[in-house]
Amino acid sequence: MEFKTFVFYFLAAILVFAALKVITARNPVHAALYLVLAFFNAGGIWLLLHAEFLAITLVMVYVGAVMVLFLFVVMMLDINLERLRQGFWSYLPVGALIGVLLVIEMAMVLGGQYFGLDAMPVPPEPQAGFSNTRELGRVLYTDYVYPFELASLVLLVAMVAAVSLTLRKRKDTKYLDPALQVSVKREGRVELVKMKAEKE
Amino acid sequence: MNFVVPDFYPAAAEIFVAVMALVIMLTTTFARSIARSLGYFLSQFTLIAAAFITIATMDGQVSYTFSNMFISDLMGDFLKVMIYFSMAIALLYGRSYLADRNIDKPEYYLLAILMTLGMMVMVTSNHMLTMYIGLEMMSLALYALVAFDRDSARSTEAGMKYFVLGALASGLLLYGMSMVYGATGTLEFSGVAQSVYNQAANKSVLLFGLVFLVAGISFKLGVVPFHMWVPDVYQGATTAVTLILATAPKLAGFAMAVRLLIWGLFDIAEQWQTMLMFVAAASIILGNLAAISQTNIKRMLAYSGISHMGFMLLGLLSGVVDGERHFALNAYSSAMFYAVAYVIMSLASFGMIILLSRAGFEAERIDDFKGLNKRSPWFAAVMMFVMFSMAGVPFFIGFFAKLAVLQAVVAAGYFWIAAVAVVMSVIGAFYYLRVVKVMYFDEPLDTAPIHAPADVRVLLSANGIAVAALGIAPQALMSICAYALLASL
Repeated sequence: MEFKTFVFYFLAAILVFAALKVITARNPVHAALYLVLAFFNAGGIWLLLHAEFLAITLVMVYVGAVMVLFLFVVMMLDINLERLRQGFWSYLPVGALIGVLLVIEMAMVLGGQYFGLDAMPVPPEPQAGFSNTRELGRVLYTDYVYPFELASLVLLVAMVAAVSLTLRKRKDTKYLDPALQVSVKREGRVELVKMKAEKE
Repeated sequence: MNFVVPDFYPAAAEIFVAVMALVIMLTTTFARSIARSLGYFLSQFTLIAAAFITIATMDGQVSYTFSNMFISDLMGDFLKVMIYFSMAIALLYGRSYLADRNIDKPEYYLLAILMTLGMMVMVTSNHMLTMYIGLEMMSLALYALVAFDRDSARSTEAGMKYFVLGALASGLLLYGMSMVYGATGTLEFSGVAQSVYNQAANKSVLLFGLVFLVAGISFKLGVVPFHMWVPDVYQGATTAVTLILATAPKLAGFAMAVRLLIWGLFDIAEQWQTMLMFVAAASIILGNLAAISQTNIKRMLAYSGISHMGFMLLGLLSGVVDGERHFALNAYSSAMFYAVAYVIMSLASFGMIILLSRAGFEAERIDDFKGLNKRSPWFAAVMMFVMFSMAGVPFFIGFFAKLAVLQAVVAAGYFWIAAVAVVMSVIGAFYYLRVVKVMYFDEPLDTAPIHAPADVRVLLSANGIAVAALGIAPQALMSICAYALLASL
């Protein structure tokens, strides 16, 4: 066995194990940590496929940013595990039936017969000086500019949705606007009233 | 590097709507005091101007741009114009309803415009990537709109349900797309079609992917067995949002089905037709039977929507028989006519619920329609038109829509499914006619005068008249549908 093949199977085995643990781990924090492990191994497999830029982006963005945030959220929330597991056994038969059917279908189609090495053309060896990142950037801003721009609008939708659903102005807040405080004039605060002197 | 700047002309309407979405966002942020009406009027302006741009740039030719990811054809243009109109009408109906409940924030209009853009992208996509991005743009905005009344537990719950199930459906659709890519090596619909035609694609992988594509499309259309979200979300969302949810996205869903299945996978039509056949029959049966026992009119209309989408699929599934394709144009244009007719009826039916609701009161029970004839004979007549039309009573638009799809099914020789559809629409007539019965023969429970702004009254009346008038003269709309498809295929 070639060393590369060994590395692939090694990473793939850990990836499958970690992915299984993500959905079976009882503690949500453990599940999130297993997901981090899964991302690392997926990044490793992408490296084997010469997709260096994507592999590094996956690790940086998902492991570095998204999962850290996610861990924070999981730790901050008080998740009631008992309530989450409610109804698990009653839904299990139907879910298991559909799951088994899907797995059988997948096993029939996704095996080596259609996706094996002989079914797929061998990718050409990259020329010297080939840069993965550069090629990605080249098509991202030319051929794929339309979906690229649209993706930015999808992010805008997500942002607007999140803000409009969560931003509230509290009515009972005691916050004072410093600008208004500074710009107070004497007339706004003191009123001089002229009146006649009164005698007892 | 031989990059050519893409031709922006065919995508003028999309670019305009995208720019206007940003304009609405910025102006309503900085002009806070008039933001609510500014958001409303700017979105109406956007929709109407986009309709003009689409009509002005329409040339009857099929043209591609953005490295073949964007297709501009007559079918897309027609559906886009229908989407603008249904969004504009939905925003108009919903405005005072939202103001009464103090949720008419400018973000509502911004999300509605971004959602319109998502639907436009879906309608004009020639590539699975843009199709998926358009779908996500539409769905994300819709999830937020469903949960928009955030102080209402039901609305938040509906939004959450829709979000989780919608994300799952998007996952299924993406998985299907990746399988089709694995089989054909391309994401472009014309490339997929070419590969399938040349039998270069592996059939088993293709069919495996097709199952997931059909599942994703079925979820977005809300048909059995992917219908569970429909009643809960329709009931939980505020009626103004239900109105949006039940109209324009159905047109976008139709476009998605047409682009993915007919543009991309026409050569394995017999396979997806069989799948759609079961989906359609199950939807028509379940939708009509479950609607009978509903007391909430929004839930009833949700189940009726499930059965209507099943009817619409009847047109899509009778295009190819034994490799013969001469029925295809007729069948697909009948499905398109059905989708448009359903949107017109749906606008009027949810518009009526909005009309009868007022601050602090939701007219969402069927009982709330009792004695409507005594309160307002004209709007009782409008509701009667819509109910008759949905039931398929002759000489309303819904009758001709049902007739057209049934003709297509019979021409294709699927008699059993035509029989199921006819029997079920007779059963379905019961719950539509029950609404008419309570309006005309029962004593009103609620005697408050109907309070609605003049523009809603006028447009809703026009909408009701359209349901009747298009039924008297359906040929014009039918031939537009047929011509649009003929010029695009």
